[in-house]
Amino acid sequence: MSREALGLGAVAVALLGSSLGVVLARNLLHSVLWLAAALVATAGLFLLLQAEFLAAVQVLLYAGGVVTIVVFAIMLTERLAGQTVRQMNRGLVAGVLAAAAVFVAVVLAVARMPGPPGGPAPAGTAALGRALLTTWVLPFEVLGALLVAALLGALYLAREDP
Amino acid sequence: MLKAYLIVAAGVFAIGLFGVLTRRNAVGILLGIELMLNAVNINLVAFARFGAGMAGWILALFVIAVTVAEVAVGLAIVIVIFRVRRTIEADHLTLLRG
Repeated sequence: MSREALGLGAVAVALLGSSLGVVLARNLLHSVLWLAAALVATAGLFLLLQAEFLAAVQVLLYAGGVVTIVVFAIMLTERLAGQTVRQMNRGLVAGVLAAAAVFVAVVLAVARMPGPPGGPAPAGTAALGRALLTTWVLPFEVLGALLVAALLGALYLAREDP
Repeated sequence: MLKAYLIVAAGVFAIGLFGVLTRRNAVGILLGIELMLNAVNINLVAFARFGAGMAGWILALFVIAVTVAEVAVGLAIVIVIFRVRRTIEADHLTLLRG
């Protein structure tokens, strides 16, 4: 068994376990902490796939930024941060069935898929930056406009006086 | 090796879908969506490693940025709903039901 396979197994167990924590935790704050763990495990997966820059972005933006603002939203909306109300609704069986159906369908499709062409891995962070500002510069700028619009919209929605 | 990554991502996606379908709290639903988008990113980076090249990385970056925008707007909506209705339980938000 190769070293990459061992690493993938370990990270996959951590990722799937913390993902289950996200959807099953009774306290929503615990759920967010599990999400942070899952996102860091995903960064580990990116390291295994030789995408160091994306792993750093994942930890900084997701595990740092997104988790922080979700915690703020929970603090603002829960009457008591520590209360453990029932978080599940009545659709438990239907939820399990739907999720299992999607999983089985994807796994069957993956099993039938032809093997990858097997090209080399992309050539590191410098090449990523060069591609982002040459070939992909138009989507990149549009994305910047989208981010500004989304953040201004969020500020406008959540402003104090309606 | 690629298929192993894809199956792990499918597992994360299914778990996120389960969270979206079963959570009562609107913030919990957003957390499920986060998991599903994260699974998409795993797929994109795995494709990049096994032959798709740079496009996979760049699309993963774009998905991360779009996710951040989505979370910001979604949480703003949740806060506004809480301010107006004093609840964010999805079962109680039936104003648009026909």
